[in-house]
Amino acid sequence: MSDPRPAPLLALRGIGKSFLGVRVLDGVDLDVAPGEIHAVVGENGAGKSTLMKIVSGGYHPDEGTVELGGEPRAFRSPRDAQRAGIGIIHQEFNLLPERTVAENVYLGHEPVRRGLVDRREMLSRTRQLLVSIGETELPADARVGRLGVAQQQVVEIAKALALDAQLLIMDEPTASLADHEVELLYGLVRRLQDRGIGLLYVSHRLTEVFDLSSRITVLKDGRRVTTVPTAGTTADELVRHMVGRELSSYYPDRARADDLGPVRLTVRAGGNGKLHGVDLELRAGEVLGVGGLQGAGRSALARALFGVSPFTTGEVRLDATPIRLRSPRAAMRAGIAYVTEDRKGEGIVGRQSVLDNALLASRAVFAARSGRAARTVRIRELLAAVEVRAAGDDQEIRFLSGGNQQKVVLARWLALNPLILLFDEPTRGIDVGAKSAIHDLVRRLARDGAAVLMISSDLPELLGMSDRIVVMRDGRIAGELPGGATEEQVVALAVGTAREAVA
Amino acid sequence: MNARSLLPARRPVPGVFVALALTLAIGGTVVMIDGGQLFNQPTTVSLLHVAAGLGLVAVGQTLVILGGSLDLSVAYVISLSTLVAAETMNGSDGALLPAIGLALTVSAGVGLLNGLLVTKLRINAFIATLGVGLLLKGYLDSGYDGPSGTTAPALVQSLGYQRVGPIPLSFLLLVAVTGAAWFALSRTRFGHHLVAVGGDPEVARLSGVRNDRVLVTAHVLCALCAGLAGIYLASRLGSGAPRVGTEGLYDLESIAAVVIGGTALAGGRGGVIGTVGGVLLLASIDAIFNQLEVDAFFKQVIRGAIIIAAVAIYARRAMRKAAS
Repeated sequence: MSDPRPAPLLALRGIGKSFLGVRVLDGVDLDVAPGEIHAVVGENGAGKSTLMKIVSGGYHPDEGTVELGGEPRAFRSPRDAQRAGIGIIHQEFNLLPERTVAENVYLGHEPVRRGLVDRREMLSRTRQLLVSIGETELPADARVGRLGVAQQQVVEIAKALALDAQLLIMDEPTASLADHEVELLYGLVRRLQDRGIGLLYVSHRLTEVFDLSSRITVLKDGRRVTTVPTAGTTADELVRHMVGRELSSYYPDRARADDLGPVRLTVRAGGNGKLHGVDLELRAGEVLGVGGLQGAGRSALARALFGVSPFTTGEVRLDATPIRLRSPRAAMRAGIAYVTEDRKGEGIVGRQSVLDNALLASRAVFAARSGRAARTVRIRELLAAVEVRAAGDDQEIRFLSGGNQQKVVLARWLALNPLILLFDEPTRGIDVGAKSAIHDLVRRLARDGAAVLMISSDLPELLGMSDRIVVMRDGRIAGELPGGATEEQVVALAVGTAREAVA
Repeated sequence: MNARSLLPARRPVPGVFVALALTLAIGGTVVMIDGGQLFNQPTTVSLLHVAAGLGLVAVGQTLVILGGSLDLSVAYVISLSTLVAAETMNGSDGALLPAIGLALTVSAGVGLLNGLLVTKLRINAFIATLGVGLLLKGYLDSGYDGPSGTTAPALVQSLGYQRVGPIPLSFLLLVAVTGAAWFALSRTRFGHHLVAVGGDPEVARLSGVRNDRVLVTAHVLCALCAGLAGIYLASRLGSGAPRVGTEGLYDLESIAAVVIGGTALAGGRGGVIGTVGGVLLLASIDAIFNQLEVDAFFKQVIRGAIIIAAVAIYARRAMRKAAS
């Protein structure tokens, strides 16, 4: 071959896009060769998602051209882009919980025979597809709503594959996968690569980007900063391009001994349908990390403490006084705040403004306590303090990036001056810059005397942030580790290879 | 491959059929104690006639509700259809087919308008179809004081009063329409896409479904079903009736039957079989109360209670499903 690289499968030239006068993308060039994995990184709000939506026909560019196989294309709809061979796996699940796996996989292009949907064919093709990606356990006729998060992700992948895509866009595909599932995805991605499929891989997890991609494009504020071969760059360099600063002290300092206050929250033999014999102490001033595999009961613990699915057995004490947390309202009144894992579903009200979202909890629980004007002023201060970037307080929150949405959720809870904060995956799907900001904020809250319980699947985050770590397994506390523990120790407790020990 | 996986993954029989069986058992007993008989020929026939009229509308309503929409104009479409059919026939069997064709065309036109308002102008279905309904009401109120036109005798004798044993031809028509709708939902792309649009319009759109086209089609089909119900009512009444749709409360009753039948009002879950169950349940309650000569107002109270109970049961079930 005289040409060192094959002709690009996809070429973007000078793509520009504005929403309501705000420039989201500006002169972006990018190309993907067949069989290439091209990673796209950047902070939230850098324009990655918008760019991916333009490629997949969700948006039309204001400027520039999209070329596929050397020909300029103007996709009028996602269907158009699909027909041209562009598949996309979205960050948020795009599945119908009430329909079966097969019905979801073939939605929009159901196999037909004599004009009718051929169910049998649809099921057998879905089974083949699932087998081809190593998922032999997943029944093609199961209702998607009954599947776990990871299995739903597999359905998403199968759905994209069913389209025979030449170009596949993956937008944060690992955001909700457990480690062994990420491994599976790696294998799958490489198999796709071998078939000559081009991949656009959007991820916040730099490890993945380095593991998988051949080239990396960095976006910042809607512009392309650089495109580099993966082999010729480092994580530090990438982060510098993304945020314009060195990634020095990634995590804030841990609590010192005299930062720790009295025990705020005590759980003795707490149990419900998903939890068994949970013993837990949470001190003022500390960040207690909660590790474990998906489904180990971490979220169930937070939900029990917040009164969503309360403990049915055992005892909870707040400042040594027994307390019954039977509803979120009761928990909030007791000074407990809960930042949920499912931001889109449980954290924000998408069509309401930033301000309304931030005021939600204050209005609901402490309606009579302070004047409206004072409350609004305080919330504005908090929104500024957590550095929310929005067009204005009255912007609908769904238009904000994930990191900024999370900051609004934080401001909502801070307005209640909570004594105890429960964080469930506080930085999931959030970019590096906003991640550090949230880490700093969490530590600052602890230093100011709050008791923080933080669930995280991100091991470096769990280890970097926590003063103490409890690891859960099968609805029980499998063991406790000190702040300086290693990833191996956490994983060993989580999977059950370590001898159960409480430090 | 086990035997179960060969079967389509469907939920078990909707609870409405359990409720129907219970209602018939209890109602039958009470009627018997009262000295009557629930299942004699005339009551059964009349029950099935009631079910046929409401059922035709409700099956159409199921389609739009599954798609996440709603049609409040069906009652007026029914009235309009009786008038178009009866006036075109004008008592002559020769004009039978053109009249039916015209009535269905006019109905489909209303459905098309509903669909376009909902999809292209993005007007909330509640408001759009209510508006179209009021438009039709205006036309009907200003143009008609009472019955008009004469239904062709052939239609009256066939669809109106023909029976196979105790089963009226009209009920068989309902069975056929229900079968066709069930088939369309489970075996055609349109059906799959419709449920997808109702389940999550964005997911459907991103999967390449042409949401607007699907919803417009559903609205046209719904209006066609209402038109068919109108033709049936014209065959029963012998003429066009400008208020038959509204007086029969076909708009709200059809929605009630859909909901009782287990279809989610928000769309994306349910089906026409359940709806027919809901229709039969409502018709049975009617029949039982008629036999017992229960006060009409009390009858309405019971119906209201049943609708609320049905929705509460489904909501509980959904909650339990979400918790598991």
